[in-house]
Amino acid sequence: MNAPSKLEAAIRAATAHGRPALIPFLPAGYPNKDRFWTELAALDAHGADVIEIGVPFSDPVADGPVVEAASLECLDAGVTLAWIMTELKARAAAGTAPKAPLVLMGYANPFLQYGLQALAADAASAGVAGIIIPDLPYEERGPFLEALSAAGVDLIPLIGLNTSPERMQLYARNARGFVYLVSVMGVTGERDTLPEPVKAQLAVARSLFPVPVALGFGISRPEQLKNLPADAAIFGSALIRHIKQGGDAAGFMARWQ
Amino acid sequence: MTTSAPLRAGWFGEFGGQFVPELLMPPLKELEEAYATIAATPAFQAELAELLTDYVGRPTSIYLCRTLSKELGFNLWLKREDLAHTGAHKINNTMGQALLTKHMGKPVLMAETGAGQHGVATATAAAMLGLKCLVFMGATDVVRQAHNVRRMELLGATVHPVQSGTQTLKDAINAALRYWIAEQATTHYCIGSVVGPHPFPIIVRDFQRCIGDEMRTQFRAKIGRLPDYVVACCGGGSNAMGTFYPFIEDEGVQLVGVEAAGTGEPGCYHSATLTQGSDGVLHGTRTKLLQTEDGQIMPSHSMAPGLDYPGVGPEHAWLHATGRARYECVNDMQAMAAFNTLCRAEGIIPALESAHAVAWVLENSATLPKGCHVVVTLSGRGDKDLGIIQELQETQRKQA
Repeated sequence: MNAPSKLEAAIRAATAHGRPALIPFLPAGYPNKDRFWTELAALDAHGADVIEIGVPFSDPVADGPVVEAASLECLDAGVTLAWIMTELKARAAAGTAPKAPLVLMGYANPFLQYGLQALAADAASAGVAGIIIPDLPYEERGPFLEALSAAGVDLIPLIGLNTSPERMQLYARNARGFVYLVSVMGVTGERDTLPEPVKAQLAVARSLFPVPVALGFGISRPEQLKNLPADAAIFGSALIRHIKQGGDAAGFMARWQ
Repeated sequence: MTTSAPLRAGWFGEFGGQFVPELLMPPLKELEEAYATIAATPAFQAELAELLTDYVGRPTSIYLCRTLSKELGFNLWLKREDLAHTGAHKINNTMGQALLTKHMGKPVLMAETGAGQHGVATATAAAMLGLKCLVFMGATDVVRQAHNVRRMELLGATVHPVQSGTQTLKDAINAALRYWIAEQATTHYCIGSVVGPHPFPIIVRDFQRCIGDEMRTQFRAKIGRLPDYVVACCGGGSNAMGTFYPFIEDEGVQLVGVEAAGTGEPGCYHSATLTQGSDGVLHGTRTKLLQTEDGQIMPSHSMAPGLDYPGVGPEHAWLHATGRARYECVNDMQAMAAFNTLCRAEGIIPALESAHAVAWVLENSATLPKGCHVVVTLSGRGDKDLGIIQELQETQRKQA
């Protein structure tokens, strides 16, 4: 049996303090290959419970314009999954890796080209606790789940407002870490308000999943989570925009404290 | 014997699948069920058949090239999809999907388009069946293919220029998938080729198989047997799949898909996915792709806009892997030569895409047996390409 999930533990620790866990998302290599590591450390130092690192892909169908543009900038700067793994392993070895557990978010094809066995082994040795793959529904998870779970890396399922309880139960059967509830019928990017059905779907998800439920897509301010019983909040586009406009990760995290 | 019956729904050997966000699984399931329950009924089939006959102009004719057959020493036949309404085979698919959309009760038909041919065919079907039509088109293509944008607008469609990524077909497909996530309740995504997640490759192939089905009937009537070679150009692969599918179990019939090699020079951003690509996942399906070793999708290039796609239908990847069909490359110059030959010898101005298929026959005429029967699917007419051809001829004149 696998060791307990670091991701679940980190989120439950926030719950124990009576607050949702904070999961910022930053594309690897953004805003540039050097400063990314500074911002990553700042996220870690300023309240991130889990940190989600984006693996850039040329055709990110689940992302809105902000994340897509940032990802393409990173690709132009030469960011690859191999670079991400190498840098993370170096930091893990030097003891300078973030304390918060890390999650990689990326599309199926770059992971497939890297090789699923290599991905699982390198993720484990680079200190990556989980992987989110937005274009990998239940039907296609098999080979990924097998490789990652053997290495103790969680494959985080995504569900939406149109996911039936029956499908949630399929995902729930071998869920580890947390489940990612996409809060809008759309792509990543900030929204002023979250749709009404989020609350009900959160309740269903929390009743069916043995792991914490994180809410993501469309979130930019803590006020949006009022009255929503999410175990964790994921935010990316708002952070990217904050950095693009001259801010930094520490300043952004301050609004969530 | 090879058959296309997949072991797992939506898979052709190792190719196919549904690599899409979970949010798209319900509409894909809905489509799969609607296709099985609605499209299979005799009433739907009869309605579609009537539209194909009276509106599209099917069956399209099959023509034995009088001049070229004499010169080549074998029989070169053309399946005249260029004579279908809107001037290409694309209408076979959009008519089927639009009718299905109508029966599903969805008011909006949404599509991606590269050069605009599929967009025009979608706008046409939508106009005729009273559906609202939206078309996503790369911003670069909107400028390059202004004529087709105008046609879509005349037909009542709204064209959305896509500013992201490379601003071409693959980005238009990304935009269409994103739009579909948000508007799935009211909108059907009318995909333009045998690509994308299951069940699209099967649905589009089924709506295009009229090409191959008619070919079989026409050959039996004309020569009392099936042809020896069946040739079609292959970008995403819808005309080729519709042509090949009814022949898959006829082992005596050689199937040849022709891909675009671009300029043919090393390092050219070509579109020869099957002959030069590698396995990967794009737009919801596992297939052959043009990609970097890190799995980033490379921009493709062909002077034939309809062949310009960095992926290919998963069933083609499977036919390629099993060897049932062979896939060959033709470069821009060879396609241009074939284009000119067909214009002058037969009085037919072919689409540049179709010219690739004709070019393979002309380039390989010495190795094709005397007296054999070769049929090429002439997927479209070339009026749309006059701007590209004029540019090319001017470049060649300057170089000469």
